[in-house]
Formats: sequence, structure tokens, C-alpha cells
Amino acid sequence: MEQLRVFAGSLLSSFRDLLPIILVVAFFQIFVIRQPVPDFGRILTGFMLVIFGLTFFIRGLEQALFPIGESIANAFARKGNVFWLLLFAFALGFGTTIAEPALTAVTAKAAIIAAREGAIADDKAVMANYALGLRLTVAFSVGVAIVVGVFRIIRGWPIQYLIMGGYAGVVIMTFFAPPEIIGIAYDSGGVTTSTVTVPLVTALGVGLASSIKGRNPMIDGFGLIAFASLTPIIFVLGYGMII
Amino acid sequence: MALLQKILETGLSTITDVLPIVLIIFGFQLLVLRQRINKLKRVLFGFLYVLIGLTLFLVGLEVALFPIGKLMAQQLTDPGFIKQAAGVVSGSLQWDDYAWVYLFAAAIGFSTTVAEPALIAVAIKAQQVSGGAVTVWGLRVAVAVGVAVGIALGAFRIVTGTPLHYYIISGYVVVIIQTLYAPRMIVALAYDSGGVTTSTVTVPLVTALGLGLASNIPGRSALIDGFGLIAFASLFPIMAVMGYAQLGEWRVRRNLHRKRRLKAARDNDDY
Repeated sequence: MEQLRVFAGSLLSSFRDLLPIILVVAFFQIFVIRQPVPDFGRILTGFMLVIFGLTFFIRGLEQALFPIGESIANAFARKGNVFWLLLFAFALGFGTTIAEPALTAVTAKAAIIAAREGAIADDKAVMANYALGLRLTVAFSVGVAIVVGVFRIIRGWPIQYLIMGGYAGVVIMTFFAPPEIIGIAYDSGGVTTSTVTVPLVTALGVGLASSIKGRNPMIDGFGLIAFASLTPIIFVLGYGMII
Repeated sequence: MALLQKILETGLSTITDVLPIVLIIFGFQLLVLRQRINKLKRVLFGFLYVLIGLTLFLVGLEVALFPIGKLMAQQLTDPGFIKQAAGVVSGSLQWDDYAWVYLFAAAIGFSTTVAEPALIAVAIKAQQVSGGAVTVWGLRVAVAVGVAVGIALGAFRIVTGTPLHYYIISGYVVVIIQTLYAPRMIVALAYDSGGVTTSTVTVPLVTALGLGLASNIPGRSALIDGFGLIAFASLFPIMAVMGYAQLGEWRVRRNLHRKRRLKAARDNDDY
């Protein structure tokens, strides 16, 4: 009974999370577009699924992703072996990105653009190769990002210098990179961080910063995601310049 | 039946998405850290919930939100609709005829960001860690406002055809200046919020909007100009979150100032 009440409460809060979307869609449909909505029943079913899905996800987040991220961070901090920690960081970044469906979609599109702009040959095999290279580049860059981010937490370096240095690098590289890669490079920073990776990586960072003496979880614990969205831009711009 | 098949297919692809993560975690736990996982059963069920939740979430989005969102993006960027809405009878369209598009861009950016699961996760952590100085809703609304402004500006850029890197580079300059003045504890979180905004819910709709705009405006290439909206959606939340913290700090300082002045006035009355 108690559990049912908790579940109903989570459902309600998921509904609240979805409410802005429902309102926006309804407003534009009724007042601006003024055309009948196709398949209303289907849309209603879909929204129900979204609400249930979000509820389950949040539950799993608190029960699996957060605790496991924290416990791994604690275990590594206690063990004090930096090499294994950094290897774990790289594996996590690389492994979660290479399987990311959004990234596969973006790199395939990027290959089409590159072929059309004449940067590579308009050939299926060449394009597939280009897309794969891009995917590996982005996955590698995310692995590097988590490594750098974790190392920063261990050392307690202020994040702003690293990030600003990265941005400065992006700005400078933008001037030299071929124009067709720029939009893709900027966008690739956004697609790398998936819904499962973010909670895990956040818990890892905050967990590390809380278990290492002298680190503040608020100042030092966050920032891993920031690195993971910055390095792909740099690496993809570099990829465009080399190829 | 079609729905059931979709759920199975999405479930399978979610498993391939989550599997590498699970393997890496359990591999390191067992081989390197050599420790038993605390409350193993609970954690395993948690992963199961993540799988079920993500699957239902994605299927629901695909069944409900994406088709209607993409249809709306198409309808709103259709030159016929824009001419009619702006009252343009003849001649070419100007940038200010696209008012509904900008409004839709902002509204859809805001509302999808509020529902973004990754952002909810970061916000929960931020509230825990900051001891309530950053609240779940405060952070989510700040980020959503940033995305709304970013996407609207991104739509404006596609309409006017100005180069992307002008905006991004000036955005970075603003971020750098803000970083110098923002409270230290918010900086890392602000940088993080740039990356979390753009995952499951926001990207497909925003991409549809960008492609719709770019393919309907003469002189824009859907392939080149359609990109770049995501970049706006990751840049502006950084400014918004730092702004949110700066606003909070400023209010605390103003209250302190006011209290001090009141106290001084009261002390004066005593004499």
C-alpha cells in the first residue's frame, strides 16, 4: 500500500515534468496552427508511456546509477591507485560514447555533407570509413575528457582555466578548419552525453571529490560532463583539418 | 501490436546502449577493485528499472512527441503559413516575419529541457551536494531558460543566414567574462549544464526545427545550416546558470545591505 502511494507520487511528479511540453503543443495546435491533431489516441498513449518511463528511470537512477557511481569512486579513492582510476575513466568515456545511437546518426550525416562538399569521395565505402573515423575520434575524445576531468579532481585544479583554454583552442581552430565540419564539430559536443552516462559520471565526480581530502564536491565534483562536451569539438575540428 | 514490437525493438537497442556501461562497471568492480557490490540485488533491480524506464520513455517520445513536434516544426516553417501569419501579401519575407517560429523555438526548447532526464539527475545531485543552495527546480528552470534563448537565437541565425561561429565565439567571450565574476561554487555545475541539456528529448525536435527552417528559406542549405542549433542549446545554459547564481548572490547581498541599513536606522532612533 505504502509502495503504491510512493509510486503514484512519482508518477505525478513525472506528469509535472511533462506538463510544459503538453501545454506548448496544445497552445500552438489550438491557437496558431489551428489544424486537427492527427491520431489523438496514439499521442495520448505515447505520453502515458513517457510518464511511466520517466518514473522508472528516476527510480533506477536513485537505486543503481547514483550509488554505483559513488561506491566506485569511494573504492578507487581508498585504493589510491591513480592508474586504474584513469583507465576506468577512459573506458567509461570511450565505451559509453561509441555505442551512442545519436552519435552514429550525426556521423553518418557528417559523411554525407563531407562528400557533397567534395572533402571526400562520393563513394559508399569512403563515406562509411569517414563516419567510422569520426565516431572513433569522438569516442576517444570523450575518454580523454573523463581522464582529464578525473585528474583535475584528484589535483584540485580550478576548472575555469582548463575550460577557458579549451574554448580558446576551439575559437582558434575554427578559423583554420574547413567550413563544412564546423557545425558538426559544435554539435558533436552535445550528442556525446547520454541519459545513462550523465548520472553515472556525475556520481563518480561528486563521489571522488567527497572522498578525497581537501576537495569540495560542489567546486571540484562537477565538471566531467563539461569536459566531455568540450573535447569532441576540438577533436572533430582536428579530424576535419587532417582529412 | 505495432506498439509492442516497437517497445521490444527499442528495448533491445537500449540494452546495447547500457550493456557496455554495465560491463565496464562490473568488470572493474570484480577484477580491479575486487569488492562485492553493496546491496547487489537492489542495484540489479535498479539497472532493470533504468532499462524499462528508458525504453518506455523513448517509445513514448517516438509515438507521441516526435511526430507531432516535427509536424508542427514543418507547419510553422512553411512559407505559406509564415506569409499568412505575418500578413505579407507579396514580396520576400523579412526576419521579423518569423515571430511564431522564434516563439515556438523558445517554448519547445524550454519545455523539452524541463523534461530531460539527464538534467533531472544532475539537478538532484546538485541539490544534495549544495545542501539546498541550488534547488532541483531552480537549476532546471535556469537551464531551460538558457536553452529557450539559445534555440530562439539559433532560429534567428538560420533565418538571417549569419555565420554560426560569430555567435558561438561571442557566446564564449561572455561565458569567460561571467566566469571571472560568478560565485566559485557554481562554475563547474554551470559548465556541466551545457552538456546535459541536449540529450534524448531536445535534440530530435530541435533538429527537426533547424532542418525545416533551413530547407524552406531560399539560400540556406539544410545540411550545413540545419546543424548548429544544438551548439546554441549547449552554450546558453552555461550563461543562464551562472546568471542564476549571480542573481541569487546579488539578492542575498541586497538583503544584507537592507538589513544593515534598517538596523542603523533603528540604532539612530534609539538615541
